Amino acid sequence: MEMEKKLATLLEKAKQEISEAKDLKEIENLRIKYLGKKGEVTSLLKGMKDLSPKERPVIGKKANEVRDALTVILSEVKGKREKEKLEKQLAEETIDVTLPGKSITTGQPHVMTQIIEEIEDLFLGMGYQIIEGTEVETDYYNFERVNLPQNHPARDMQDTFYITSELLLRTHTSPVQARILEKHDFTKGPLKMISPGKVYRRDTDDATHSHQFHQIEGLVIDENITMADLKGTLELLAQKMFGKEREIRLRPSYFPFTEPSVEVDVSCFKCAGKGCRVCKQTGWIEILGAGMTHPHVLEMSGIDSNKYGGFAFGMGPDRIAMLKYGVNDIRNFYLNDQRFLEQFKRKG
Amino acid sequence: MRVSVKWLSEYLDLSGIKPVDLADQITLTGIEVDDVSLPAVTLEKVVVGEVLTAEKMPDSDHLKATMVEVGEEEPVSIVCGAPNVKVGQKVIVALPGVKLPNGLKIKKSKLRGVKSNGMICSLQELGFSDSVVPKKAEEGIYILPEDAKIGHSVLPYIGLDDAYIELDITPNRADALSMRGVGYEVGAILSQKPSFPEVTVTEDKEDKVENYISVSVEDEKDAPVYKMRVIKNLKVNESPMWLQRKLMNVGIRPIDTVVDVTNYIMLEYGQPLHAFDYDALESKRIDVRRAHKNESLVTLDDQTRKLNQDNLVITNGGVPVALAGVMGGLNTHVTEDTQTVALEAALFESSVIRKTAQSLNLRSESSSRFEKGLNTATIEEALDHAAQLIADLGSGQVVSGVAKVEAIQPKDKKVTLAIDKINQALGTELVMDEVVQLMDRLGFETETSTLTLTVTVPPRRWDIAIEADIIEEVARMYGYNRLPSTLPKSESIPGELTPKQRRIRETQRFMEGAGLSQTISYALTTNEKAKAFSRHEGEPVSLDWPMSEEHQALRMSLLSGLLDNVQYNVARQRKSVSFYEIGRVFHADSNKKRPDELTHLAGAMTGSRIEANWQENEQNVDFYTAKGILEEWFILMGIEEEISYAPTSAYEAFHPGRTAEIIWKNNVVGLVGQLHPLLAEERDLKETYLFEIDVDALLDVEKDTLIHVPTPKYPGTSRDIAFVVDEAVLNDSILSVMKQNGGKALKTIKLFDLYQGQNIEDNKKSMAYNLVYQNPEATLKEEEVTKDFEMLKTALVETFHAEIR
Ligand SMILES: [Zn+2]
Repeated sequence: MEMEKKLATLLEKAKQEISEAKDLKEIENLRIKYLGKKGEVTSLLKGMKDLSPKERPVIGKKANEVRDALTVILSEVKGKREKEKLEKQLAEETIDVTLPGKSITTGQPHVMTQIIEEIEDLFLGMGYQIIEGTEVETDYYNFERVNLPQNHPARDMQDTFYITSELLLRTHTSPVQARILEKHDFTKGPLKMISPGKVYRRDTDDATHSHQFHQIEGLVIDENITMADLKGTLELLAQKMFGKEREIRLRPSYFPFTEPSVEVDVSCFKCAGKGCRVCKQTGWIEILGAGMTHPHVLEMSGIDSNKYGGFAFGMGPDRIAMLKYGVNDIRNFYLNDQRFLEQFKRKG
Repeated sequence: MRVSVKWLSEYLDLSGIKPVDLADQITLTGIEVDDVSLPAVTLEKVVVGEVLTAEKMPDSDHLKATMVEVGEEEPVSIVCGAPNVKVGQKVIVALPGVKLPNGLKIKKSKLRGVKSNGMICSLQELGFSDSVVPKKAEEGIYILPEDAKIGHSVLPYIGLDDAYIELDITPNRADALSMRGVGYEVGAILSQKPSFPEVTVTEDKEDKVENYISVSVEDEKDAPVYKMRVIKNLKVNESPMWLQRKLMNVGIRPIDTVVDVTNYIMLEYGQPLHAFDYDALESKRIDVRRAHKNESLVTLDDQTRKLNQDNLVITNGGVPVALAGVMGGLNTHVTEDTQTVALEAALFESSVIRKTAQSLNLRSESSSRFEKGLNTATIEEALDHAAQLIADLGSGQVVSGVAKVEAIQPKDKKVTLAIDKINQALGTELVMDEVVQLMDRLGFETETSTLTLTVTVPPRRWDIAIEADIIEEVARMYGYNRLPSTLPKSESIPGELTPKQRRIRETQRFMEGAGLSQTISYALTTNEKAKAFSRHEGEPVSLDWPMSEEHQALRMSLLSGLLDNVQYNVARQRKSVSFYEIGRVFHADSNKKRPDELTHLAGAMTGSRIEANWQENEQNVDFYTAKGILEEWFILMGIEEEISYAPTSAYEAFHPGRTAEIIWKNNVVGLVGQLHPLLAEERDLKETYLFEIDVDALLDVEKDTLIHVPTPKYPGTSRDIAFVVDEAVLNDSILSVMKQNGGKALKTIKLFDLYQGQNIEDNKKSMAYNLVYQNPEATLKEEEVTKDFEMLKTALVETFHAEIR
């Protein structure tokens, strides 16, 4: 039983040494020392040949137990040391996550672009095309074709930048409509378009006037278009731009190219109609002009006004942006002060 | 048009309707209301007083101590500074507690030892503007009529117990530029028929107008109606209170009975009138004709007007005495000595009046009414009414008869349309009876058949002529807000951006992602800025009649505006600015009527790309920052292979050694480079980099359909090469030699080092490239790559005398 005793001693000693191993390398050395081909367990077993046949299987079994026990403890300690090593590494790698991140510089679209694209997307979704036209126009398309002949009193309403007696900077985007009306092939379907763009008026720049501003006009021409269709379309627009709860109100007005003509108010989004400074205590804010396309305008484009009819509407993105974001000076849109521009980075 | 609610209630029953509610209804039915001013409640303690005594105060050159009877137990002592205060006058007295419109609060006080327990007021102090106060009352207090009741509120005497509705009248509704027109409109809203007092003229049957004057018109197109009456034995006075009050409160200054009556009648009927001092007319003939060249007239305002064929004049004995519809002549105008008046009521062609008023810059209440049209049915009625009133107020007589030319007669218009047409246009389901009732409210008669109705429109609504006009009247009387809400029921074709519109949006998002913010600048700028930075020769398109030098010419380049924006921000402590703009530029083309209008994309960057922070060093923007952005953008647009860059020193505004022309399909399409340091200095800018590209052509390109190329299956091989060449050799030249001689398998070439300095000869540079070889079909053999690589080396040596390192 001397052999058995030796094995037990060996096991105890090895356990002790392994558990004290400091790192993976030491563990490997101990594995070789005890379990390697020339290790202590192996060399101890060399003495087995001197044992009686009866003793041999007993000791053999015992030796295997020792081997298994050492393997287990080696792997346990190894796992523990590996874990300790990882923990140490991670601890060393710890950083201050509250330090600022590396800067990514991005720009932002101009607020006017944002408003215009929002409106464009709404109408694209309803099957409208976007047509831009030119900013330099002829007197003929800018005025006569929208039912404003020479000497028409309503020409007073728009003071115009003329380049020559025939050429001018468009005062509205309506000439785009006149140009498309003459080209459109109604056998291929209705005309549904919006025309966004810059327009110009002879105005002295101040907080509410700008000689350059933006406009979006829309036009739908087909058989059987009604004023109720106009109202429904504008309701959608008002709700998209100013919130789902908005209502609209139509007031009679005058534009030479539409009849009937209406001015469109949206219920105040600041006070929900109760009356506040934004709506001048009326509960309503004027946002649009609209109407049913004047038969003369259609006839001038060679369209049979008995068969076809439709509606047109126009709005000013500058004004919409001013209302929506509480901007009180229109010149801000053209001053391009970065402190102003970057406020609109965050999408509402 | 400022409408007195009291005046309006002479025609309609407005009892029980608040002015504010009336204004709302007017707005929703037809005419926009700008403002409603309500009776002046804060002026309740402003009363009629009688001046009992007025003594000059010894130690003042203008103050008077007065005692004023105001209906209280005792007269009130008031110190008054007005020069025109006199004993016996009825005056306006503000008692303590009153807050005047100018903010002054009346308190009991003492002035130089004299008690002053109130204030004798001028009209201005009660809120009237200088321009409407009668001349006589301009410098002092206002004198009330003798029968004014002491102690009573003064408000009714001066019209401040009334509400005023300010109408914003659109050009099509000139019919509402008169009280009667507004009466019809409000009557339609309230379903009332307005009633107007009947006008009768008491004529002197013994004396006929022919004894005084005859009228003729050269061209009846210019003056289809011209009528004149004569009023004699007049005394021209100050108008009575009621008339002054009505005029002042709607913004017209009372002058004398004759002028005031013509204004009053214009307000009531919308019919402008003109009064001549008959005795100043030298001939008994009035003729209306176009002015001759070089003719002139001294107008009422004492200006000599040079006339021409575009002007219509009233002549007397061949000599112009008035500019028709615009302004009278100085020599024939009514004065306080006038005894006989020749009163004109006419209809003039609107375009002639418009031209004259515009060219002489003489817009008036009269001219604007002629421009917009007037009610042809009441020309003579207005003339009669005015003549009688002038006679009544000046104790004169109206001479019998009217001298007239009358080429047109007022006529009703008839418009016939189908009820279906109305419903079709409005999306409604109105029945005939409803439409008839709506027309009835407007005072329009109707005849109906089963499907159609014929509407009779009187001359007072000259704006109505076609079906659409009637539909509009139906709609507004029915109420726009009662219309249903639907959407067009047309076939649904999805809308989509055109490829160009889509690319513009992609471009914007790309530029923003690259760190540039979008700006929108003015297209109109100074002449100099308009052409600065433009690659296009020639002068800018400029305005015929600019408002200012600042905005007189259309930009030919976006860069001036962008630089202004950069400068503006840098001047406000913004060190780094990166902007882009996409917009139109305008190039004059003498061969074409219209200028070319091109879409450009431009950028301007200054300062740092990365600001110094706790981890990174500052990196300033440089040429290659701007170029790198463009290169990536060209990839996005799918044309990177077609773009090349050529150094240029041809542009004055750019740094001659740091600027490249961008070439696409053999055309220069843009520039990228550094703002010339001298220009940068002028603008107080550090190094600033710019680019501007004509994008119209680029964005219109049909993009090839993108076909996926399989990711290479076989590994590639890479080689590095470094060599020394002359400094002047361009990277582009090296690349093209490498591409031509590098063999089929050479896929990418990347510059990874550029070095000048120590160990390199002067005027030489060392360049190092990484070359990647790849065969998509098979694994490349080393020997093949080595062979290709050697060929490339040889070519570099031969072409550039490169020293391979
Ligand atoms: Zn509000």
